[in-house]
Amino acid sequence: MTAQAAVKTQRASDHPSGDNRFKLLEATMKRHQYQPDALIEVLHKAQELFGFLSTDLLLLIAHRLRLPPSRVFGVATFYHIFSLAPLGEHTCVVCLGTACFVKGAATLLVALEHEAGVKAGETTADKRLSLLTARCLGACGIAPALVFDGVVAGHQSTDEALERVKGWLDHAPR
Amino acid sequence: MHLAELQAIADREQAARKPIRIRCCVAAGCLSSDGQAVLQQLGAAVEAAGLTAQVEVCGVGCMRLCSQGPLVQVDPGGALYAKVTPASAPAVVAAVAGAPADDAPAQLDPAQPFFARQWSIVLEHSGSIDPERIEASIAVGGYQALYHTLHELTPAEVIDAITRSGLRGRGGAGYPTGLKWATVAKSQGPDGRKFVVCNGDEGDPGAFMDRSVLESDPHRVLEGMAIAAYAVGASQGYAYVRGEYPLAIRRLELAIRQAKKLGLLGSQIFDSAFDFRVDIRIGAGAFVCGEETALIASIEGNRGTPRPRPPYPAECGLWGCPTLINNVETFANIAPIIRNGPEWFAGIGTAGSKGTKVFALAGNIANTGLVEVPMGTTLRTIVEELGGGVPGGGGVKAVQTGGPSGGCIPERLFDTPVDYESLVKVGSIMGSGGMIVMDGGTSMVEVARYFMEFCKDESCGKCVPCRVGTVQLHRLLSKIQAGVATEADLAQLRELCTLVKETSLCGLGQSAPNPVLSTLRYFPEEYAGLLRGEVGSEQ
Repeated sequence: MTAQAAVKTQRASDHPSGDNRFKLLEATMKRHQYQPDALIEVLHKAQELFGFLSTDLLLLIAHRLRLPPSRVFGVATFYHIFSLAPLGEHTCVVCLGTACFVKGAATLLVALEHEAGVKAGETTADKRLSLLTARCLGACGIAPALVFDGVVAGHQSTDEALERVKGWLDHAPR
Repeated sequence: MHLAELQAIADREQAARKPIRIRCCVAAGCLSSDGQAVLQQLGAAVEAAGLTAQVEVCGVGCMRLCSQGPLVQVDPGGALYAKVTPASAPAVVAAVAGAPADDAPAQLDPAQPFFARQWSIVLEHSGSIDPERIEASIAVGGYQALYHTLHELTPAEVIDAITRSGLRGRGGAGYPTGLKWATVAKSQGPDGRKFVVCNGDEGDPGAFMDRSVLESDPHRVLEGMAIAAYAVGASQGYAYVRGEYPLAIRRLELAIRQAKKLGLLGSQIFDSAFDFRVDIRIGAGAFVCGEETALIASIEGNRGTPRPRPPYPAECGLWGCPTLINNVETFANIAPIIRNGPEWFAGIGTAGSKGTKVFALAGNIANTGLVEVPMGTTLRTIVEELGGGVPGGGGVKAVQTGGPSGGCIPERLFDTPVDYESLVKVGSIMGSGGMIVMDGGTSMVEVARYFMEFCKDESCGKCVPCRVGTVQLHRLLSKIQAGVATEADLAQLRELCTLVKETSLCGLGQSAPNPVLSTLRYFPEEYAGLLRGEVGSEQ
């Protein structure tokens, strides 16, 4: 690494906001030697750290990997895992794989949409809950499967699922 | 690392075994049903009963009958407990100690057809070893095939063995594995580099075989990749795993680290001149990345869009270099073929399809989980004998194989043997191994629409027939479903299916109409019924 590049690295890790997450992101990019082909790995890390990929974050990554912003934006929007908007406090993912579909996941989703008052893929206005769908979790043996805040729950009935979500949608002050 | 050292690790592992072993499934399915807590409770109960000298508790990979999880099995004897909870776990330990409690969890018969009819090659150690310890894998012969390969076989001999075994790609298309390896071995890249890629982007909804293999026996896959790399002359491998499988990624990462530490991956493996490194690439949720050229684009950090073939990746793949891409299950078959010889493998299965195939059995069926059966087993055997039929005793209407690229096979054709050619003949494909059972309550038009919605969303948008065609097909199917379609719509549906099938760029578009075509072929009355305005599913 040239002396000039080293100075650059130093500056970037000392992000003006003082946010430590930028340092961790920088470390990931450095580990991949700022190679453009590490873009997806870097985006995974950025989303893991920040929860979603803001425009500023995408621009920063584009700059550091020396890629046109269009390319970074193109990749970030192509893959379903990357989210360009912040998620709610809680997430509920409904698996819509074939096994879950055969076991009534679509009905489950409609009930949840009704309860939350949002469509799949949306977040409630109070930012309490994001209702999402997944293509297949590979948990077909326990269909229909749902993921509540990252924890997979199998054999879900509509009542059970509504019960969980209702607790989160409770508007009482915490 | 020498063979003697490998043997010493295996011997130490064997010697440390206690007379009684309680195995608890900690693969993703059972973990979702509190498997980890069950494992902890089992350990605590053994300690509390003062049995630590005789009894060991270990977390193992998938024991296959996922719907009855968490599963716990006791060696020796094989007593198998279903739906064990943290509360009922101590009762299992009490039974082991010879004092069966009343509240013991239900026992399953390990000799029932679901287990007894299976033939394990890929899953031979799944559910019996701890996937997070390389020593456990070495104790059952792991990496011995790699040693044998590096010291006793030339690359040409390895390729010859794989060719003679008759192994075909387990990702779905069934391309002869030996032929693919030979092509990569022959090809010369621009800078002499070659790559081996393991396709673990198991995107078919309803398929979870690869996830289970990676979670239950990751070293088996790494060993297969290393043997392949030696055969084709590669020194770098990539394992591309779906981002939706965090546990599989974690266990594979751990396996790579452990193998590196013992010198089973890295430089000069087994003191030979062969170097091989493996890196993991995490998928980001695009179904099309299961297509090999799209997968290559994704590893290179681009949008996962396919490109026309030829040139095939075997000649021009990652960064323009010859690249061998095989599925997880294909790699898992390699070590046993080297160990037992190609003739042994070729002796299993049918004339055109050798070996076994792992299926993920799910949907409206009593026994949901993984089954591994010899090629040529009939669908009826799988669904009725192993699967136990529809719960409650209703009739099976159809099975869907091959995911969004496959088709629905009606009950009257259940005597079809499961091999690559027979499934194509009945309008479906082998696919990666998802097998979804549907009973009388399932509307086949709705199933076709479900898959079309999937393909519409997952189309990468590069070629017009797929991007526009799937949207139009979905619109037509929605219209039929709603009961407002005419005969003309149905005719257009058929015509459009043929067009999309014949003019799309990659496998996604070319096979997207399959679920529609197969349901039109076998269940025309359901489409006709909806045209007449009879809305709803037929019972």
